Amino acid sequence: MKWMRRHVLDTDDWSRAEIEAVLDQTRAMVEILSRPIRRAPPLRGRTVILFFAEVSTRTRVSFELAAKALSADVVNITATGSSVEKGESLLDTVRTLQALGGDVVVMRHSSSGAPYFVAQRTESAVINAGDGWHAHPTQGLLDAYTLREALGELDGKRVVIVGDILHSRVARSDINTLVPLGARVTLSGPPTLVPVAWRCGQLPPGVTYEPLLDRALDGAEGVIALRLQRERQEAGLLPSLREYTRVWGLTIDRVGRMRPGAPVMHPGPMNEGIEIDAAVAHGSRSLIERQVTNGVAVRMALLYLLAAAPLEERA
Amino acid sequence: MTFDRRAFEAKGYLVAPGFIDLHVHLREPGFEDSETIETGRRAALRGGFTTICAMPNTEPAIDSPGLLRELLGRGHGVKGARVLFVAAITRGRKGRELADMVELAGAGAVAFSDDGSPVEDARLFRSALEYARASGRPIIEHAQDLVLSAKGVVHEGAVSARLGLPAMPAAAEESAVARDLTLAKLAGGRVHFTHLSTAGSIELVRRAKADGLSVTCDVTPHHLAMTDEWVAGSRAFAWEGGEGAPGGVPYDSSTKVNPPLRTHADVRALWAGLEDRTVDAIATDHAPHASVKKDVEFDRAAFGISGLETALGLVLGGVRAGWASLETVIDALTTGPARVLGIDRPKDDWVVIDRDAEWIVTADDLASKGKNTPLIGRKLMGRVVATVVAGEVRYEGAVRAAEAISPR
Repeated sequence: MKWMRRHVLDTDDWSRAEIEAVLDQTRAMVEILSRPIRRAPPLRGRTVILFFAEVSTRTRVSFELAAKALSADVVNITATGSSVEKGESLLDTVRTLQALGGDVVVMRHSSSGAPYFVAQRTESAVINAGDGWHAHPTQGLLDAYTLREALGELDGKRVVIVGDILHSRVARSDINTLVPLGARVTLSGPPTLVPVAWRCGQLPPGVTYEPLLDRALDGAEGVIALRLQRERQEAGLLPSLREYTRVWGLTIDRVGRMRPGAPVMHPGPMNEGIEIDAAVAHGSRSLIERQVTNGVAVRMALLYLLAAAPLEERA
Repeated sequence: MTFDRRAFEAKGYLVAPGFIDLHVHLREPGFEDSETIETGRRAALRGGFTTICAMPNTEPAIDSPGLLRELLGRGHGVKGARVLFVAAITRGRKGRELADMVELAGAGAVAFSDDGSPVEDARLFRSALEYARASGRPIIEHAQDLVLSAKGVVHEGAVSARLGLPAMPAAAEESAVARDLTLAKLAGGRVHFTHLSTAGSIELVRRAKADGLSVTCDVTPHHLAMTDEWVAGSRAFAWEGGEGAPGGVPYDSSTKVNPPLRTHADVRALWAGLEDRTVDAIATDHAPHASVKKDVEFDRAAFGISGLETALGLVLGGVRAGWASLETVIDALTTGPARVLGIDRPKDDWVVIDRDAEWIVTADDLASKGKNTPLIGRKLMGRVVATVVAGEVRYEGAVRAAEAISPR
């Protein structure tokens, strides 16, 4: 299919065909990454600006490796030590980005929706690398890719997402990517950490809510555990971390409730011993390292689709 | 030019009493880059409002008789709407000690409000109601439990869940309404709830009125016309239903307002409240902002919609859809608010309306300094042809007005 998107801000309005196009492209990138020299030329002469207004190492490095593997020039604008930290407004930053003239701006920001703000005001293609609680499209795509590697087609497969759904851009993007591919998603977590609309029946299509993890995992084909921010307890949303771990932590016993061999994933960084036991995180079902590797390939695929053709030829 | 209403009626226009707006922000003194008394008064005329009530959340706050007298003296000679002032309930709007309410009433304050920073201390609010009673003025209450609404920037519901935005539940408004009604019963003062936005709030007021309590309320044109889907990019008016209208962009900060845009069911309840007179008035909560306050990330943007000039087009849309009668909304824009304030409607204030005029809202076209409205680029139907204050035509709309006005 012909790639028509100028930006990747959210996958909430993507068709199955579009998601599959990215996953197909990812497979080609995985092949490039398996070569002795992990480098191909399609983005030579193109500039990718990594604008990370919120601290991130893993995602930023993943994008940087992806851009360099495709021979793009990479420029970093990070929060600490930059004008962003000195109180420069996002509008000013956008004007600067526009003047710099990057082909692609990859951005991470603590405010939900900030990538829409930037995309409206620049000629560069914008890739959302995580905005507030809203979306993290490349994480959703790499999770889908990783699950398909393990399970094959996802039609009818049931995947559990457990943890702090309310504040999780990963959960939203996983839902928006897995459901169009045919998967059913079960959300599980403390009631205070799941949006009230989703607890009270106004769930997105293909999604259910089961508060108790034990029940959610029964017969599931995979599980994605989310990072629990310790400040949720300080904000009064959790009685204690101990209780959270007892009820919603991924243990070897719990994981055994799923179908035999059903995989375990986590977007990282993990709080081992809180949302996931070390034995699970590093056990035979864990695809967590595979997620990291596939992350680079997914990001290469998107950079390629958005920037391989000259800017003026794109829609 | 003196006003001859027969000339307009002959043209088939609607001639109504001048509108009275219980709730506008004129930003002067302190925030003149967002609005001034003069630009606000001109914007009011363009919207058909001949009397507007300015809120005291200025810098300094309008909490002293001296400042109030000074403001009342400003802008004479400018052709605009009449301005009345609402004074602060507490000194500096800080919610700690009462402003000199009786003196402020004597200096001309028509009501009291800590709008935007509701008085949290129940004992202090009780005292304010008692003083309001003594001064013969109502308290205009922005009902919001600030603890419950926390850092919310949109209505808590399916849209906030989807967009991943911090949200405030309907209960943050409703629990404050319930508390205030209890205290009003205790203190006997007159409480007027402004910009009620939820079905539950309307029901609480409906029951309080049935119980004989001295309570009134208003709703805004934007809460009558838009739902929280507008934050997600929809630009379909509530009565247009479904997914229809051409999309805006998600997270447009012009849709960020407090109380937040609510659900379709809430919008229906506001119209039902208008129709059965639970709702006494339509007030704009005109909240102009300089672009620097709005052209930022959604969660960092200021709350508020610039509303004086689009109010008529919005409410007439609901009338056209059959959600309320024309008589109901005109009453809610004229005699309703006059009743709330306990004043007589100025006899020689009029507005001439072309109900069939279609127009596209543009930033340049707004007299207000605040261009912060999600209606930019949207088509509205129904426009002010002329506005008359004290028998004097102070505003005339463009082409059709020129042809319609018969001099002398």
